[in-house]
Amino acid sequence: MSFATVFFALLFYAATAIFLIGVGMRIARYARAPAPLKIPTTPAPTTRTGVVGRMVTEVVFFHSLFKANKWIWILGWVFHLALLLVLLRHLRYFIEPVWTWVVLIQPFGVYAGFAMIAGLAGLWVRRLFVERIRYISSPSDHLMLALLIAIAASGLGMKYIWHTDIPAVKMFFMGLMRFDFHPLPTDPMLLIHLSLVAALMIIFPFSKLLHAPGVFFSPTRNQADNPRERRHVTWISSAEKPAAPAEQ
Amino acid sequence: MADFETPEVKEYLDIPALKRGVMGNSKPFVSKEQFQEPLGFPGELVDNWQQVAVDKLGELLKTNRGLQVFMDSCVKCGACTDKCHYFLGTSDPRNMPVARQDLLRGVYRRYYTLPGKLFPKLVGAMDLTEDLLDQWYSYYHQCSECRRCSVYCPYGIDTAEVTMAARDIMNAVGKGQKYSNEIIGKVFKIGNNLGLPQPALEDTLEGLEEEVKEDTGADVRYPLDEEGAEVLLVTPSADFFAEPHVDGLIGYGKVFHQAGISWTLSSHASEAANFGLFIGSMENMKRIAMRIREAALDLGVKRIVFGECGHAWRVAYSFLNTLAGPFDFLDPRYPVPQHICEVTYDLIQRGALTFDKSANDHRRVTFHDSCNVARASRMGDMPGGQFIIPREIIKAVCNHYYDMPPDTIGEATFCCGGGGGLLTDDLMELRVKGALPRMQALKQVVEENGVTHLAAICAICKSQFSKVLPYYGFQMDQIVSVHQLVSDAIVLGQKQ
Repeated sequence: MSFATVFFALLFYAATAIFLIGVGMRIARYARAPAPLKIPTTPAPTTRTGVVGRMVTEVVFFHSLFKANKWIWILGWVFHLALLLVLLRHLRYFIEPVWTWVVLIQPFGVYAGFAMIAGLAGLWVRRLFVERIRYISSPSDHLMLALLIAIAASGLGMKYIWHTDIPAVKMFFMGLMRFDFHPLPTDPMLLIHLSLVAALMIIFPFSKLLHAPGVFFSPTRNQADNPRERRHVTWISSAEKPAAPAEQ
Repeated sequence: MADFETPEVKEYLDIPALKRGVMGNSKPFVSKEQFQEPLGFPGELVDNWQQVAVDKLGELLKTNRGLQVFMDSCVKCGACTDKCHYFLGTSDPRNMPVARQDLLRGVYRRYYTLPGKLFPKLVGAMDLTEDLLDQWYSYYHQCSECRRCSVYCPYGIDTAEVTMAARDIMNAVGKGQKYSNEIIGKVFKIGNNLGLPQPALEDTLEGLEEEVKEDTGADVRYPLDEEGAEVLLVTPSADFFAEPHVDGLIGYGKVFHQAGISWTLSSHASEAANFGLFIGSMENMKRIAMRIREAALDLGVKRIVFGECGHAWRVAYSFLNTLAGPFDFLDPRYPVPQHICEVTYDLIQRGALTFDKSANDHRRVTFHDSCNVARASRMGDMPGGQFIIPREIIKAVCNHYYDMPPDTIGEATFCCGGGGGLLTDDLMELRVKGALPRMQALKQVVEENGVTHLAAICAICKSQFSKVLPYYGFQMDQIVSVHQLVSDAIVLGQKQ
């Protein structure tokens, strides 16, 4: 077994563990922290069903962002939708036989790769050239875009120029899931692609990528507007501690 | 008038080019020991303030899910960057909501995240230095906690929550704001923001009864501490004498009078405002809120109604049940609490009030949605009722009503520029510049529709506009209370 096979096997075990445990711990932290007061941004739905509807429009259509800025919305939405398609396309590396719908979306997944780069590039142009957005950007904000573009570009690079042995790659990942190591092809573009993906997974739980689970826990979006109808009881309801010692 | 320039009102609201640090010197007076202690805060900056601040931040992250999620989730997309009235009015990039949040987020990353500990420069993490604390003090007092940015954030990040957390931390280390903290002290000691003791209140209310009698011939009552009244009215203390607030209070009295509802004010809870919200102190907010429960119990009322006050309505509508509930001792047929506009609107719907709309014919009116009512509460039984009900009331009492442009009202409403604990003379430049977006929208309806008056249901908005309208070439009396319009049009006496 080659060094690359062992290295990437271990890398992906580690990356998967860090990703799952890291994100899981974050989610647990969000879930455990109490929301002391009702703070939905109103007008807000008054029922749980309504809240689910609001959340769907946020997560699927980026409704608030749509209201905010059409450029950021279209670029961000195209990127995320494309990313979803690309991820679904990659399911074929992890299942056998490949589900029919995964087979059917394969060509769209390729177009999505280009759309992803287009969306990311547009966002980066704005980050570089819109003065307000440049002002609020840290180096990590630029690097994150670079990383995602590099992942997409290296993937498309393999598809069109520097081909690799796709069945072997699939064998490798199927094997990883059974703790059964199969040799990984060592084409440079593949190794670059996989390294970047592993890096993304490792960075995820420590970065702004936490917006993905975060949005579901955002009290301004996930609370129903019903404080008069249903008493929201939290630690502050029962807190006995007066702000200052009474001196009457 | 002052040592700054009033921004020019153009045809359209421009997104300004950034002028770094131009508002860095805008700071309200720092609180003193005498104002800090009644609230349970240290009197001056404590020696180990850095540690205390970092620990306090950690405590807030654990006890407030919103703050934790907001600290992690921002992707710096820029959606909020052109949404803040203070940014639009001052051009200072630190007044862009995300940049304001980042003053705290940088510290969060430095002390509470791995990348911030390892590679601070890379992820914008910052040490909590004295200089940064100064920036906090400056820029967290350039946010009116209006939540406009939270409407547009794809994750619902609410800068108001971040500002409140930062102010709570600053109070915990002994760097509080004089204006808010002194006022809260007055509420604890005397019962209201203005420090009006019970005898002064009684005098004022008697004076109002005489005035209304003289004007209308009707015996409208303005009762104080009357046990057994049906309604406890809790209203901002500015309503007792400030203009145009008091005209609103006169209106509430006429509505109750005409509907035959017995009501009373309370000298114990003679203030609707709750500045505990502004300084982000849950404990103080709760302590202030408890007065209302106590007054309702003492007076044996059946309903609680709030007067025209924006943030007070937020605390009342959204938080009162949590902070001071349950209110199972009140009449279950009415929501607890109710807004005076809900009461008036219901009476209008039932045909219980008669109006002579021509009494307001000398006014062409527009309505300013106050931020805390618009984006942090509701009226009536459906989402958005807070936009419909006040407008329906105005239309029922005025013949000439015109809305300002849609992107400046409703959930997109612009703050008056004086909310969130900033309604103080030591922040005059900020208040004038922050009013720019609202003034721009007002100018538009003045020019297009001949609007003469701006109606509002918030004591802070009313005081702020009285002060800043003249800077923009308007008259200070162009701001009116919604219930002032009701008051002028309502027909008193026997209903036909």
